[in-house]
Amino acid sequence: MDWYRRAIDSDIWWSFKSSTTTVVAASVTLFIFAMAFLAPILAPHTPFDPATLSLSDGLRPPVLFSPEGDWSFPLGTDDQGRDVLSAIMYGTRLSLEVGFAAVIAAMLIGITLGLISGYVGGAIDAVIMRVADVQLTFPAILVALLIDGMVRGIISVKRHDEIAIYVVVGAIGLSFWVQYARTVRSSVMVEKNKEYVQAARVIGLSPMLIMVRHVLPNVTGPVMVIATINLGLAIITEATLSFLGVGLPSTEPSLGTLIRLGNDMLQSGDWWVSLFPGVTLAVLVLAVNLLGDWLRDALNPKLR
Amino acid sequence: MLAFVLRRLAQSVAVLLTVGVVAFFMFRYVGDPINAMVGQDTSLQERDELRQKLGLNDPAPIQFLRFIGNAAQGKFGLSYRTSEPVGRMILERMPATLELSFCAAMFSLLVGVPMGVYTGLYPRHWSSKLLQAVSLIGVSLPTFLVGILLILVFAVFLRLLPSFGRGETVDIGWWSTNFLTTKGLLALIMPSITLGLFQLTLIMRLVRSEMLEVMRTDFIKFARARGLSNRAINFGHALKNTLVPVITIAGLQLGAIIAFAVVTETVFAWPGMGQLFIQSVQFADIPVMAAYLMLIAFLFVVINVIVDLLYFLVDPRLRSQGGAARVSGH
Amino acid sequence: MTAGSNQTPLLEVRNLRVEFPTRRGTLVAVDDVSFSIAPGEVLGVVGESGAGKSLTGAAIIGLLEPPGRIAGGEVLLEGERIDNLPYERMRRIRGARIGAIFQDPLTSLNPLYSIGRQLVETIQTHLPLSAAEARKRAIDLLKEVGIPAAESRIDHYPHQFSGGMRQRVVIALALCANPRLIVADEPTTALDVSIQAQIIALLKRLCREHGTAVMLVTHDMGVIAETADRVAVMYAGRLAEIGPVRDVVKNASHPYTRGLMGSIPSLGVRSERLTQIDGAMPRLTAIPTGCAFNPRCPEAGQRCTVERPDLMPAGVTRAACWLYAPGGVGAALTREAANA
Repeated sequence: MDWYRRAIDSDIWWSFKSSTTTVVAASVTLFIFAMAFLAPILAPHTPFDPATLSLSDGLRPPVLFSPEGDWSFPLGTDDQGRDVLSAIMYGTRLSLEVGFAAVIAAMLIGITLGLISGYVGGAIDAVIMRVADVQLTFPAILVALLIDGMVRGIISVKRHDEIAIYVVVGAIGLSFWVQYARTVRSSVMVEKNKEYVQAARVIGLSPMLIMVRHVLPNVTGPVMVIATINLGLAIITEATLSFLGVGLPSTEPSLGTLIRLGNDMLQSGDWWVSLFPGVTLAVLVLAVNLLGDWLRDALNPKLR
Repeated sequence: MLAFVLRRLAQSVAVLLTVGVVAFFMFRYVGDPINAMVGQDTSLQERDELRQKLGLNDPAPIQFLRFIGNAAQGKFGLSYRTSEPVGRMILERMPATLELSFCAAMFSLLVGVPMGVYTGLYPRHWSSKLLQAVSLIGVSLPTFLVGILLILVFAVFLRLLPSFGRGETVDIGWWSTNFLTTKGLLALIMPSITLGLFQLTLIMRLVRSEMLEVMRTDFIKFARARGLSNRAINFGHALKNTLVPVITIAGLQLGAIIAFAVVTETVFAWPGMGQLFIQSVQFADIPVMAAYLMLIAFLFVVINVIVDLLYFLVDPRLRSQGGAARVSGH
Repeated sequence: MTAGSNQTPLLEVRNLRVEFPTRRGTLVAVDDVSFSIAPGEVLGVVGESGAGKSLTGAAIIGLLEPPGRIAGGEVLLEGERIDNLPYERMRRIRGARIGAIFQDPLTSLNPLYSIGRQLVETIQTHLPLSAAEARKRAIDLLKEVGIPAAESRIDHYPHQFSGGMRQRVVIALALCANPRLIVADEPTTALDVSIQAQIIALLKRLCREHGTAVMLVTHDMGVIAETADRVAVMYAGRLAEIGPVRDVVKNASHPYTRGLMGSIPSLGVRSERLTQIDGAMPRLTAIPTGCAFNPRCPEAGQRCTVERPDLMPAGVTRAACWLYAPGGVGAALTREAANA
């Protein structure tokens, strides 16, 4: 088992090294991750501490594009005098946190429902899979919007800002669970009828326990691929929700929120406030998607 | 064939019912319909009377049937936000969304399919590789970002196109259209491109991979061995065989376009259903959300039925076997 | 070309070499193969899978799948070289002068078009006929290949026919423009045994009636024995033996052919038991030096491991084997020496 795993690992390593695009994508991803998670150390300013802001710094253009630029604000400032670069670093961090949390939430929901659906079968399976089918008909963003709206209906709109981040994570998680559930379910259906499961049942072991032990390792590969591809989607969905004004609030801005705030200044020609967060978002998602594509091909050569 | 159509219809009804249940629970239990109708100072007793009168104390299944019955007639109650009838609010905004979605769908199909065919036929050509790389970027760009970039370039810097609103519209009965004025048409350009771009890249990549797959099949090899011209092979044989999966996805994408209009309409301040939906999410305007959900589900189901009918036109195997064997092999 | 065109072979293949460039070097899939087919003659080409027989057929009709390519030799059709023709000119030959039949009738036809449409488009590609005339010809062809009720069946789709009937349609498609040669690649392999005989009989009858020559590629010696006039045996991309079918079956010269015939129940001389050839055909990445068969050959000598034999007269057939050279196979070879 050990040598087998090592062989797989080295194969993946080889296919990683031999693809320049993938290496570049991985480097870019690592760079952005580092920039985001080290923001408190690296960022030149603390953009959301009102005490450090000065309106006289407001709407400074980026240094390379205008003589009015100031090197302490390399990418310019917004109308409040906030440093765009620092805001991007903190915003990316939030976007990534929400993205990862949402993917993990989707994974947990999907794997659990997939196990139940495949193992229990019958009416429960039918209901879960029917809901999955219906949900799959709708784009994830719409599902996330609906869930967000429903939460706003249940709790008061005012309190919403405080828990916004959890609502967004939950909404995105609930809109991406279907793929995991389907993968796990089909794997369970295959394993369920294997003899060791029957045998386990005969000697009174909990077959569910055995399923979890044997099925989960089997689906690690596909689940990882889905998760990587979903990470890009989750980041986009969060950004879209925040851009639409139903995601993270402006007191705690993610990349999407920054773009929305900057969008108001776009018409007057102050393009940098929204463009730089936008470019960061696009580059991040592109890099993550390239990694996801590569991982899918590397783990499943038959697909291409 | 009849059995197939009936089964598909039954599935459609099941989807609509599931969505109906969700919408009903939202409408009835997430929000409180009474709040929308009465003022702050209405007494509890009056509220209870109203509740009784509206049948809100009836058993849930009866309320559900009433809800579905009303929905079928376009009655979705009153908006919490504006106190207008939800049905009329949506109807007023529907033409804007449908025209935008139509243009976006046309754009993505008319550009995406030829690009997919080209890159599928000449996968080794440098231009195909370039298109393929660009399409990956297209898939990674969030819709709203595309819209912002277009506005920045064509509205802010070049001042060529309007950046928000529908421009000028003409009313034909209750339907207001963009298609009859120059300003209206100009206003359509950027939103359509924004909305269609993502689907365009999807369609292009799908047609390309289907094309590559079909070109490897035996019947294409045999067609070559029969000495048919490249033109007949590529467009007569290969393209037609990619149609079934392409129609499927294109149908789903059309639905997705209508749903994604939510984002585009917000970027371009386009007064359509999507914008209405976002406002209703922001204000937790449950009746509008429920109605929008039902309407979108209905549109999806209609599109699916049309897609199924198109299958019959394309694939003779379905015509004769009643769809028992949908063997297109995926 | 001499005036007595009886003597000009219909198809002549000279020193054909097919290569596949791969990341780990170039594979030679067909190596220095030469043979000819006379007008109206049926040449069987046999060999194990991977012996290069299908690729030889694909090279002749100019449909090698890239990255495979003809790296040497020439192919002549009625004295005219066709292996180096531009795509468009070769296309006009395919279907018109060389027809083709592939292995699997289930996948050879486009499922979305009626068989009539596929016949008519092939006919109109090659013959100057109107749509009505082409349709009439299509119906006649279907009748000829034994499709009952051809007038109504012509508008049916491929999935409405059985496997055997579909292969008849494929044969009709190959005959559309009355080609002089048909390259049939495993035409019966995918069919039920009971249908195989019918299809072979049909093919044989049609070719006799039309005077069409056939290159019949198969791994089934039974089919060859029943159909072919001459047979070519391929091994590891090379021609091992070629000769009249009766002689190759009954008195094979090449040790490989003998082994091959001995392993077939109905053909082997009624010996006590079937023989078998030890080992397996080498992979294209590891073809032995000298004669490719030498590691498996019971009669191999020193010379076989060093020098590659060309086809040489061997009794009634021609075989690529040093047994029939004046010097013989050289010093005897022990297994140990061969493996060392």
